[in-house]
Amino acid sequence: MSKRNPVYDFKWCPGCGDFGVKVAIEQALAKRAIERQESVEKSAIIAGIGCSGNLVHLQEGPQPFGIHGIHGRTLPIAYGFKSNRPDMNVLVVSGDGDFLSIGAEHIGPQARRNLDITVVVMDNGIYGLTKGQASPTTEFEVVTATTRYGKLDDRMHPLEVYMGLGVPYIASEMSSRVKQLGEAIKDAMDYPGFSIVHVQSPCTTYNDTYALLKGDEKKGIEPLAFPIPEEHDVTDLDAARKLVTGKRIPIGLIYKRAGESVPGHERLRLAKERTKATQAPVERLLAAMTI
Amino acid sequence: MSNNLVVRFAGEGGQGVVGGAELMAAAAAQGGYHVLTFSTFPSQIKGGPAWGQARISSEPTLTPGDYLDVLVAQNRYAYDFNIAELREGGIVVFNSEEFELEDTSRALGLPADKMAREAGNPLASTIILIGAVAQMAGVDLSALEAFITKRWTRGRAGDEQIVSGNIAALRMGAEEAIKSGLKLEQLEAPKPDTTTRILIRGYEAACLGAIAAGLDSFIGYPISPATTMLVYMEQNLVGPDKFVGQASSEIESIASLVGAGFSGKKVMTSTAGPGLSLMGEGLGLAWMAEIPLVVADVQRGGPATGLPTKTEQSDLICAINPGHGDMSVPVIAPGDPEEAFFAAAKAVNWAERYQGPVILLTEASIAERAQDIPMPDVSLISQESRIVSDGSVGNLRYKGDSVSPFPVPGGPGAYVANGSEHDEQGDTTHLPEVHVAMTERRFAKLKTLNDSTYESEGPGEIILLPWGGSKGAARAAWLELQAEGVNIGWRYTMFVNPLPEALLAELRAAKLVLVPELNYLGQFSGILRTLDVNARSITQYTGLPFKVADLKSEVRTRMASASEVRA
Repeated sequence: MSKRNPVYDFKWCPGCGDFGVKVAIEQALAKRAIERQESVEKSAIIAGIGCSGNLVHLQEGPQPFGIHGIHGRTLPIAYGFKSNRPDMNVLVVSGDGDFLSIGAEHIGPQARRNLDITVVVMDNGIYGLTKGQASPTTEFEVVTATTRYGKLDDRMHPLEVYMGLGVPYIASEMSSRVKQLGEAIKDAMDYPGFSIVHVQSPCTTYNDTYALLKGDEKKGIEPLAFPIPEEHDVTDLDAARKLVTGKRIPIGLIYKRAGESVPGHERLRLAKERTKATQAPVERLLAAMTI
Repeated sequence: MSNNLVVRFAGEGGQGVVGGAELMAAAAAQGGYHVLTFSTFPSQIKGGPAWGQARISSEPTLTPGDYLDVLVAQNRYAYDFNIAELREGGIVVFNSEEFELEDTSRALGLPADKMAREAGNPLASTIILIGAVAQMAGVDLSALEAFITKRWTRGRAGDEQIVSGNIAALRMGAEEAIKSGLKLEQLEAPKPDTTTRILIRGYEAACLGAIAAGLDSFIGYPISPATTMLVYMEQNLVGPDKFVGQASSEIESIASLVGAGFSGKKVMTSTAGPGLSLMGEGLGLAWMAEIPLVVADVQRGGPATGLPTKTEQSDLICAINPGHGDMSVPVIAPGDPEEAFFAAAKAVNWAERYQGPVILLTEASIAERAQDIPMPDVSLISQESRIVSDGSVGNLRYKGDSVSPFPVPGGPGAYVANGSEHDEQGDTTHLPEVHVAMTERRFAKLKTLNDSTYESEGPGEIILLPWGGSKGAARAAWLELQAEGVNIGWRYTMFVNPLPEALLAELRAAKLVLVPELNYLGQFSGILRTLDVNARSITQYTGLPFKVADLKSEVRTRMASASEVRA
């Protein structure tokens, strides 16, 4: 249910991690707007399909522009949008199915373009909206609607994938840490280039991983998530790789490529300036073909 | 005297046969002739049977020509493959380094490569061949020399040497022709023409038309035969506010185009069949979320990878209904390069006006055709822009039962452009009455596309109605049938969806509408039958365009059987 639009009837399940992500994004956008003294309408949220994508309709307070498009294509939509409107702040919200399964092919190209956008991935390790099928981040051997013998495919480790694809800015957070998540998203938006904030956002209905993430001393469950040690150098590629290798999930800023980040639209602007490229009038282009 | 010279350069990929035909056409155009080219080649850079054809005429041309006056054969296979199309009295020029012909009464063996090497100008073998052909046809060599001088005077050191070397090559070929004593019926001198004419390829015309309409952005993925548009835009759509990008797939192309169109810019992509298939869902998003964008589909043989470099008109159904669900995408299908210029401009304007996707449906034979056309009057191109929201309706972007103001991101009226069914502010809904209203709204917007035109000549009882690239051959057939006293009318439009209402009325009133089209299904006639038109197709699916003679004979057959049925 949206406060802005009472007719809108979508609801997340009680306890869904996406509630925290929604609030964190509202905070990040509001803070950015105040800092830069610009309206929230200078931001756009591009949402994928799945539980996560509905976030775009649930934003409270001043409204950013939004696109709620088709499954898996948030990144290409963002590419066309940001390339044509470098003045806009672009935030992509997506889930593990939308971003890492159907949409995975689009991560590498944006990393190489250094597209100046921020992606917030809400990872719940399951297809929630279609009622509980295995996703790339569902754990090995877990029984779901589509894995009756237990999941036989290896689990994807998204942070490793991002590192491998050359994503220049990678942060990892949990939906339950709303304040820190809001700051992480705000910092990622300030980064001039392609940034991903990967969020553990558990599904309380089909894949409740709260206990796994936080651990349970009484039951002897070691927490899956662990804070990144303060001494970690975020520009150290090898250190970042080590951090994301293995089963446990580091929380905090993992990697920020060393040196100045020149985003894609800026590369193009500089190239045009360098070559003094100007648009020839159609009349002149036609005249050059005169017999 | 003849008013026509049709020359085919045949060989294998990489031998410059397509370039040879284009060079010959360009030279003849420079000399004042009307020209039209056609080429066909396999989907490979080297090897495989390839040919390029130039038609040179003292009259305006409509087709590449049914039969050849000259076949330039680079190898035995090219000779065997193409000789059946040589007209009686035609001449073969063959590469005598490669093969010999027993009967040389109408054939000239030229070791053009060797001659060029020996003359110290190895790149000039095509020009030697052009010299020989021109001499045999009686084309004024001095006009060709003027062309050579103009083409290779580029303000570089060594220009003079290249020009004189190429002129020498031209004369070398001409001398061989004189020595052989072979002659064609002599080509009429070009008619004096004071209008400014240009030599343009179909894809260039389509790109320039879109640019003339104010295109801001082009994002595409390489695919034959549509890559030329992407490359042309990368080279020519430049400047501070323009963006051209190479996507990583057609799925990325169309999705990024939705993002670009949403951003407020005028946007376009080019693709061919396989890419159009991949774009289906994204085009649905543009239709649903009401995002202006243009997709140029340069048709080739399908389905799947099909015939990547051949021509076909088999994407019409897919163009109108490229994805699942209720939609009817506007389609403009130009019939020649001149129309391609205005069609592309109209496609951009239509997209802006009705706020949705438009398909510019062209095909390999049009996109790659070089043809002389009158200089397009750019002042005839209007630049329409979508109605932009001033914020007075708040975030109710989808308010009303037709086109409504478009909020540009960064400005007032923030909303969600939604591919799910949505209410007035773009929030998802499943309410039956909203789906009804929004579906009707999306179709009602098509009514704003009411400025389409069509051609109507002759009687209306039996009608010849080609579409797209079959226009030229159909027009030539119709003109000849008219001259022969056959009672058939001519109707044509490049606006195939939605059709001009007055045209549809004429078609419905006709007893029989014959639709020449290059596909198996008879796609356009099928669509027309759903619109209560008694349409029947004349189909061909060879990967090649119609020949005029074939069309004429088929029209006569159909008319005869139609009158039998009535009797």
